[in-house]
Amino acid sequence: MLTAIRAFFAGRGVLEVETPIASRAGVSDPSLEALSTCWHGPGSPTGSPLFLQTSPELPMKRLLAAGSGPIFQICKVFRDHERGRLHHPEFSLVEWYRLAWDHRRLMGEVAELVRCALDAPGLPVEEVSYRHLFLDRLGLDPWHSDPDGLRSAAVGQGIQGADGLDLGTDGWLDLLLTHCLEATLGRGCMTFVYDYPPSQAALAQVRPGPEPVGERFELYVEGMELANGFHELTDADEQRRRFATDIDRRLASGRPVPPLDQAFLAALDAGIPSAAGVALGLDRLLMVKTGARHIDQVLAFPVERA
Amino acid sequence: MAFYSTSEFRGGMKIMLDGDPYAIIENEFVKPGKGQAFNRVKVRNLKTGRVVERTFKSGDTAEAADVHDTQLQYLYNDGELWHFMDPASFEQLTADANAVGEAAKWIKEQDLCNVTLYNGAPLSVEPPNFVTLVITETDPGLKGDTSGGGGKPATLETGAVVRVPLFVQGGELIKVDTRTGEYVSRVKE
Repeated sequence: MLTAIRAFFAGRGVLEVETPIASRAGVSDPSLEALSTCWHGPGSPTGSPLFLQTSPELPMKRLLAAGSGPIFQICKVFRDHERGRLHHPEFSLVEWYRLAWDHRRLMGEVAELVRCALDAPGLPVEEVSYRHLFLDRLGLDPWHSDPDGLRSAAVGQGIQGADGLDLGTDGWLDLLLTHCLEATLGRGCMTFVYDYPPSQAALAQVRPGPEPVGERFELYVEGMELANGFHELTDADEQRRRFATDIDRRLASGRPVPPLDQAFLAALDAGIPSAAGVALGLDRLLMVKTGARHIDQVLAFPVERA
Repeated sequence: MAFYSTSEFRGGMKIMLDGDPYAIIENEFVKPGKGQAFNRVKVRNLKTGRVVERTFKSGDTAEAADVHDTQLQYLYNDGELWHFMDPASFEQLTADANAVGEAAKWIKEQDLCNVTLYNGAPLSVEPPNFVTLVITETDPGLKGDTSGGGGKPATLETGAVVRVPLFVQGGELIKVDTRTGEYVSRVKE
């Protein structure tokens, strides 16, 4: 599978790169927590923290700013607290960037890569916007929903314990997505969900308008989230505001605030070319390919035996 | 009071939900890549045996249920309640029909039973896996018939009815597997 992926990019003139797995900067996204280790050496005699990457996104964007052109990377990423049937604290992904593309165009290339990696040339594609997914399946519009309405919807859908949960709008949408929608997505096909609420834009551009949308997409195959892509945010000021929002949310929930990636912000200041980027989980892709039910089935040694 | 967080949840752990004790069967971690993490937990109500699902926000907690298993000796039934004794402390405990349930038709005086205690009181009683009981009533047997097929009903001293081979006679002792309710063998006194 890895050979097929490398050949896919070689044939398209996308350069393979490597960026540091351990970084002095941590992740700001409140939904992620990095593992960290400690480095001793010149300039750091008593040891300074190094964070294991949760994604190679920021250093890869620094390469784009430095003029790398289109790039891809196959690497290990690490996420604390994540363990289950589809989660393992250490996992593999392929991440790539295309210059002057938007997220919709990149979705097409993701589909081609998945067909190539799965050796399934006829695998069909289904595309649905986040708004229509919720409208069609649950009869609610995420752009015009509040926590109380979403709580009733979740209770109405029979999610046990929903009435006792304390969640914000995005938390309720995540609950409905994971409990009522995800399992039905990508059955016998690739389902792309695109154009997210601006509050879930993460590192994507927000397309302005009367009802702004975050230019982000997710790919689902056989009920599993496989990939997440963005039409990348390139505005340094907006990026600083999002980091600040992330940090406020971390402080509000009593979570640690890691050092921000100042070199990434400097790269944004210097100017990053317009690009679309995506990360695709390779362990889950292998699960699809082999029909595995549990991520442990595609790992040589799960963390409990690592 | 002890509390468990969702990351501590594992099969067999006993927690309180809506005022009832539950045992965790399965704990599934669910999380969108860029979103809120949840734990979808399958639990069994220890009072009713019903299995339900419950969703928690990851990091939320549930109160630990004061539930533990112990071995108690069955003493006697007073017509309404079943009386048990802790063989170590000689402390006596009573269990109602709800707690004793199906075990009632298998246990007799002196038997050691696995009893689940909730807040110190019996919540459920499990009979020994194998019990030896006297047949009080069964049709007369056919001597020499040792075939496995067929069989006949036999009423035991505790009131339970099991199917036994045709050659087994009234007044004989037999061994029964309480998990399946099936005859195992005859027992010599």
